[in-house]
Amino acid sequence: MLKKNMKFSAAFLFITLFSSSVYHPGTTIAAETIGPEQVKISDGEITKPLTEKAGDPGEGKNWFSSRKLGNCLACHANEKMSDLPFHGEIGPAMDGVAERYTATQLRAILVNAKAVFGDETVMPGFYRVDPGQRTAKKFQGKTILSGQQIEDIIAYLLTLKE
Amino acid sequence: MNFSAFNGRLATLYTTCAILISAGIVSLVSAPLFDHAKADDNLPADITTIKVKPSTADSPFKDLYSGWYFRAKETQNLQKDDFENPGFLWVEKGQELWSKVDGKAGKSCASCHQDAQKTMKGVGAQMPKWDEKAKRPLTLEQRINTCRQENMQADEWKWESDPMLSMTTFIRLQSRGMPVNIQSDGPMEAWVEKGKKLYYTRVGQLDLSCANCHENNYGKYIRADHLSQGHSNGFPTYRLKWQKLGSLHRRFKGCMTNIRATAYKRGSDEFVALEIYLAHRGKGLQVESPSVRN
Repeated sequence: MLKKNMKFSAAFLFITLFSSSVYHPGTTIAAETIGPEQVKISDGEITKPLTEKAGDPGEGKNWFSSRKLGNCLACHANEKMSDLPFHGEIGPAMDGVAERYTATQLRAILVNAKAVFGDETVMPGFYRVDPGQRTAKKFQGKTILSGQQIEDIIAYLLTLKE
Repeated sequence: MNFSAFNGRLATLYTTCAILISAGIVSLVSAPLFDHAKADDNLPADITTIKVKPSTADSPFKDLYSGWYFRAKETQNLQKDDFENPGFLWVEKGQELWSKVDGKAGKSCASCHQDAQKTMKGVGAQMPKWDEKAKRPLTLEQRINTCRQENMQADEWKWESDPMLSMTTFIRLQSRGMPVNIQSDGPMEAWVEKGKKLYYTRVGQLDLSCANCHENNYGKYIRADHLSQGHSNGFPTYRLKWQKLGSLHRRFKGCMTNIRATAYKRGSDEFVALEIYLAHRGKGLQVESPSVRN
């Protein structure tokens, strides 16, 4: 009986340890979030927001400049952030980006730029799991940004009008 | 949906496509490429070796630029003056070690190689070099350790240790001004190919290859960093960020960590192959060790 119980608890432990969600973005995943495996890019767009909670442009501004998170400024200059030093030149400047792209297009670009611009683009996919080889242990199974952070950045980008 | 609404949507679709395509071109073919004409205006009159024509048939570059070119004036000036260049602290240590007896055989480097200024001239420019006995190429570090173990019966030096950095810098200095000229045919060919493959392989969570930054975007800023063509002619280098001298493999490791990849180990076959490929594609650039970078 004891043996059987032990077997049972071992199995239970195993399930608890290994059945948690496959990926772990920066924040806890709310039930309504569309995960990186489910998200579909069609014709350069993702029509449905990744989260039910609307994006917060104030938070998005933080993720945009944060070196540990979006670090968008590393490659994209942004006149509205002229108080911050070191704007990158790798990608196009973000000034007036709201007039060039819709929310659904920005969502697709942020999630997986390669699916929009082609495989040659240098822009990382911010909502992809292990896209490159040899991903460092610390980042394995994780996306660069959470779905909510992506929605926040989209909300911020939509404020960038010329 | 009536016809005019459909037409309206079609028009929107066309505009969207046009915007997407033009934006795509901007981000792919990309922001202004490196301006070679402008770069020529910035070349120093007293240093003629910063820019050379590629000497390998498979070079992706029109001109090769030493990493020196992409650094700030202050950093460039630090390298120009040997008394100001902090890398020369390691050169001095290397010079002392050259004639210091170590190991059971009671020998120093000088016991066999005498005057380094004569015997080591040109050696650094040819590394990594094929070693017939080991049946593989050896980097300068690996060659030094082979000598220490076999001839001096001394302990190996760790890759990033002070004595190793001092010795590699001292030896490389003896080739300063000479063009990088490694063998890339014969048995070295497979290693060049292995390195080339690594150079173009995207790795890490950021999914980037060496080429993404150093071939496709050199001359541009990535945050505060001015991207170079990623040549190896200045290594070992005194890096301001490190506040010390460091090996090429340490730089490789830093780059890989930045793109959130598990880096290879210093001295691994992968890094040796990458070092060989970099030397191959930078053939003709002059050895600058110890260079100063930021």
